[in-house]
Amino acid sequence: MSVVETNEAAAQVPENWEPKIIAFCCHWCTYTGADLAGLNRMNYPANVRVLRIPCSGRMNPQYVIEALNKGCDGVLVCGCHPGDCHYVTGNYFARRRMMIFKRLLEYEGLEPDRFQVRWISGAEAGKFRDTVMSVVEQVRALGPLNLTREIPYFELPAVPDGEEAFDAVPEEVVPEEVSA
Amino acid sequence: MMKYAYFPGCSANTTGKSFTVSTAYVAEKIGVELVEIPDWNCCGTSAAALTSPELAVALPARSLAIADRELPGLDVVAPCAGCYRSLKTSLAFARESEENRELIKKIINAPYEAKADVLTLLDVLATDEARETIAAKVQRKLRCLKVACYYGCAMVRPADVCECDNVEDPMEMDDLMELIGAEPVDWAFKTECCGAAQQMTIPVQAKPMIERIFQNAVANGADCIVTSCPLCMLNLDMREAEINRARVANGLEPFDIPCYYFTELIGLAFGADPDEVGIDIHFHPAKTLLLQRELDALELEEAENIARAEEARKKAEMAAKIAAKKAEKAAKEKAAKEAAAQAAAQPEEGKEAAE
Amino acid sequence: MSRIGVFLCYCGSNIAGTVDVEAVAEMARSLPEVVYVETNKYTCSDPGQEGVKNAIIEKGIDRVVVGACSPRMHEPTWRKLLADTPVNPYMLEVANLREQCSWVHKDREVATAKAIDLVKMAVAKVARLQPLHSIEIPVHKKALVIGGGIAGMQTALDIADAGFQVTIVERETSLGGKMVMLDKTFPTMDCSACICTPKMSEVGNHPNITVKSYSEVENVSGYIGNFEVTIREKAKFIDYNLCTGCGACETKCPAKVTNAFEQGMSQRTAIYKMFPQAVPAKPVIDAEHCLKLTTGKCGVCSKVCPTGAINYEDEDKLTTETYGAVVFATGYKLIDWKPLYPEYGGGKYEDVITGLQFERLVNASGPTEGHVLRPSDRTEPKSVVIIKCVGSRDPNKGKAYCSRACCMYSAKHAHQYLDKVPDGKCYVFYMDVRTPGKGYDEFYMNTLHDGAQYIRGRVSKIYKEGDKLICKGEDTLTSSQVTVSADMVVLETAMVPADGIDELAAKFTVGRDADSWLVEAHAKLRPVETNTAGIYLAGTCQGPKDIPDSVCQAGAAASKVIGLLNKDALQSNPQISRVNETLCQGDGACVNICPYGAISIVEKQFRENSRKVVRPVAQVNPGLCQGCGACTVTCRAGAMDLLGYTNESIMREVDALCQW
Repeated sequence: MSVVETNEAAAQVPENWEPKIIAFCCHWCTYTGADLAGLNRMNYPANVRVLRIPCSGRMNPQYVIEALNKGCDGVLVCGCHPGDCHYVTGNYFARRRMMIFKRLLEYEGLEPDRFQVRWISGAEAGKFRDTVMSVVEQVRALGPLNLTREIPYFELPAVPDGEEAFDAVPEEVVPEEVSA
Repeated sequence: MMKYAYFPGCSANTTGKSFTVSTAYVAEKIGVELVEIPDWNCCGTSAAALTSPELAVALPARSLAIADRELPGLDVVAPCAGCYRSLKTSLAFARESEENRELIKKIINAPYEAKADVLTLLDVLATDEARETIAAKVQRKLRCLKVACYYGCAMVRPADVCECDNVEDPMEMDDLMELIGAEPVDWAFKTECCGAAQQMTIPVQAKPMIERIFQNAVANGADCIVTSCPLCMLNLDMREAEINRARVANGLEPFDIPCYYFTELIGLAFGADPDEVGIDIHFHPAKTLLLQRELDALELEEAENIARAEEARKKAEMAAKIAAKKAEKAAKEKAAKEAAAQAAAQPEEGKEAAE
Repeated sequence: MSRIGVFLCYCGSNIAGTVDVEAVAEMARSLPEVVYVETNKYTCSDPGQEGVKNAIIEKGIDRVVVGACSPRMHEPTWRKLLADTPVNPYMLEVANLREQCSWVHKDREVATAKAIDLVKMAVAKVARLQPLHSIEIPVHKKALVIGGGIAGMQTALDIADAGFQVTIVERETSLGGKMVMLDKTFPTMDCSACICTPKMSEVGNHPNITVKSYSEVENVSGYIGNFEVTIREKAKFIDYNLCTGCGACETKCPAKVTNAFEQGMSQRTAIYKMFPQAVPAKPVIDAEHCLKLTTGKCGVCSKVCPTGAINYEDEDKLTTETYGAVVFATGYKLIDWKPLYPEYGGGKYEDVITGLQFERLVNASGPTEGHVLRPSDRTEPKSVVIIKCVGSRDPNKGKAYCSRACCMYSAKHAHQYLDKVPDGKCYVFYMDVRTPGKGYDEFYMNTLHDGAQYIRGRVSKIYKEGDKLICKGEDTLTSSQVTVSADMVVLETAMVPADGIDELAAKFTVGRDADSWLVEAHAKLRPVETNTAGIYLAGTCQGPKDIPDSVCQAGAAASKVIGLLNKDALQSNPQISRVNETLCQGDGACVNICPYGAISIVEKQFRENSRKVVRPVAQVNPGLCQGCGACTVTCRAGAMDLLGYTNESIMREVDALCQW
């Protein structure tokens, strides 16, 4: 199969296609929030599978690469709100790592919506549901991720440097004074 | 040489005339050059703010923009406290963000970068250089004059805009008064509102505000109130008679407490005649107290001179007595020594005799 | 080849209502390495658990997957169950089929498909897990209590009565804290000294309690069961073995110093006891003010001392000991209101005093011997204004929180004043009156009957006219301005944490909130523990409290400590970081990232290419590591891994998921 043919195949979204999304959730906040969503019998799309990690600071970028490589269409990383980490500083490190990693993925051509980082506390069941719904919708709109197809060119925002770099990350990843 | 851009304000040639006159007098004496901002306009005061918030920041900004352009490098002095607050508020707004400056530029239709600072006259006179000059120029110390320094509300509030670190108890004017020999009293109403803005609309609430200020000044032993705000001055000076009438009707003692601008008193200390610095045009009689205190000061000086002379005389007396005692002691010691020497010599003689 | 057992739960109809559990079981049977699959109506019930146990033994299972409710619910139950079987308790993975599947999806087909994926993930992960074993951490049966106020003393007594050794470190020269400064205590009005000083001597004489007065914590290392604490005992210049506490030195000392215990309202000597009933009942020399120590001239105290106990060459002493548990009872101080409230004179008026100063004024052993006399001219004030919430509930100037005890002690102050000055007038400016507590509201009502005038509003300015203090304020109930002429004003100021709490808490890695109060592990369920295991909180170091609450919390902290010290050893959490020393470069990136200080770099000897080499490698302290895994990601060499959540097991989970 030639490259062109692959592209054509990718351009056509298969019938009954559902996005596959993997959510890495920290045990103390977001996993608890997801449980709370269950206790409240909230409904959200089944496209997201939650993988429990002890802390968002445990989140290794390799897992994201593995997931995208092996066929996931999107990855969500969730942890406690900055300042609320059960392990004091874990999510501050996660925030920095994920911010840089997200820029790398975007540089490599991945659509920004396919990799998202959100802070959801153990009480924010509603936020968990809304996040899952919006991520599923955004990824659904992008279509299947086929890493062998040619990634369409899109304009990258100018890369800021220094302090400004912190402002460039998505709304949730707002910088705060990191105490560590 | 101290040089500033000068924003006289609307009251400069009307209700605040003595302030203008005395300011000019003092500035000339201590070598502060005040260059009037060409084509300055009304600061807008509270009236503009009620009309539109943009107008309230744009009106002062126009004058400040002219100062930046025509008098580059000079900070702006606004002696009137109301003008100072308007200008300072506008400046703070302009310095807050690029968008704010753009908005102002659009309204005043002129370039404006908010470079010049806005200062009160107190700021200007409280610099080390000015204070040294003032101290050197004082010809007559205003001794025995107990002053309640009244800063008013407009110079210190809002505290973040006015960059005032001691809103309740500022000390610049007190320090200046001390410098010219007057005695500032410690009182509690330095920055209290005098209610000037409400005297027409709600006099029932506003009259007691004036009365309280007089009351506290008198209770803390002040002879007079010294202010730096033309509106406070007008309000206090003009309405003292009215307040007194009401007090007398209620069987209370009337006040006799004149008000002065701090520049007037500095002018007096520099040797000016009261008429020269505008004290003749006050509402409440303001000259008698000054004469009385001048007399008190002279009497005090006389008494001090006598006391000093007496002290010197006593000192000399003591010194003489001490010298006499010392001489006596020395003489006694000498006699004792001689006696001892003789006693030592005698046994030797005896010994020789025995041999 | 591992032998995995999968146990799926119906949870009545909770899971089975939406998920076709039998279909999930059918799929699970086809997974590699799965040797046994069982479904059960209620796996967590006793018969259900029994079934799991039997299956493990019969089928020779060595790893277990449970597909049931959230692991946050029953993971400990399964671990406990496995501890009774040959399977290691950490060879377990729980698939969350209820909270994150059946309860949040309605479509049976979709939910079943997701359940299948979740079980696949769990099987993939469990196949890569390794058995983990807790290690035993020995517990030093000795407790350290920091602070000798009422909370610290109560904690120490409770622990000591249970038979354990306790050391109290007190910064001041005597036990007693703030309580011993108070005159009477609400709502029963028993004399504070009468109930506090017996406790002090009980602590001082207890065979299990060591009191280290005039001492501070210098350094800390270690972890739960094994805190190695260095204590600095400041130079007292007096040999306590010789001193009899006769007090001759105090009567002769010529230096005069402002008395902090009397809130600056009297003077003490440079050689001093904080107050007559101090424990230890022996003086110290205040090196800052002693004439002998500052100028070299004087030495009167050493001449009058009958036992020769004075030693001007004394120096600070450092001692290091190991403690199993630490209790913070560092207490509070009153906020420095002077810079915050210039409108109240900012300290200019001598007769504007704080509540603690008032306590000393009405105290029979205070500077006025219990007569209410105002500080400026020592006359009896005929009208007193009490202002509540000075610094509390005032986010613009002071603190946003309520200091909790002020409503009651201001009522007490009003009552005491009216009691001592029957013809006096007392006005209380308040925002709210909050008197929840046994006998509290009755007490407040009595104060109202005593004649205290409560005015709802704040005071905007206090100024002086003649010898009167004029308080200008607002009465919000009548919407009018009020002016009260007072002889004395009492400010009931906010409680704030004691000085130096930030540095001390940082030494123990105890969390603080924005106002520097120490943070409990859980606001409701773990109120006396901290997030650092083995460190507990008692009294006002955790937040403003009155005496009954402080004593309650002290008892609670003591019971936690006793529970801990009763154990000979602790089981550590084995899900912690592990270093692959072959890969480790010893660059210490992990050391910097660890919030618990659990990682250190040590020199170790290895055999490489049949030669002995010594190189630095990271070492994880299993007592300190909490298992967050931050170090695993930061390691450039990939030498760090988190047991229980290894890189490999997570990667297999991801892989299993991607097959859906």
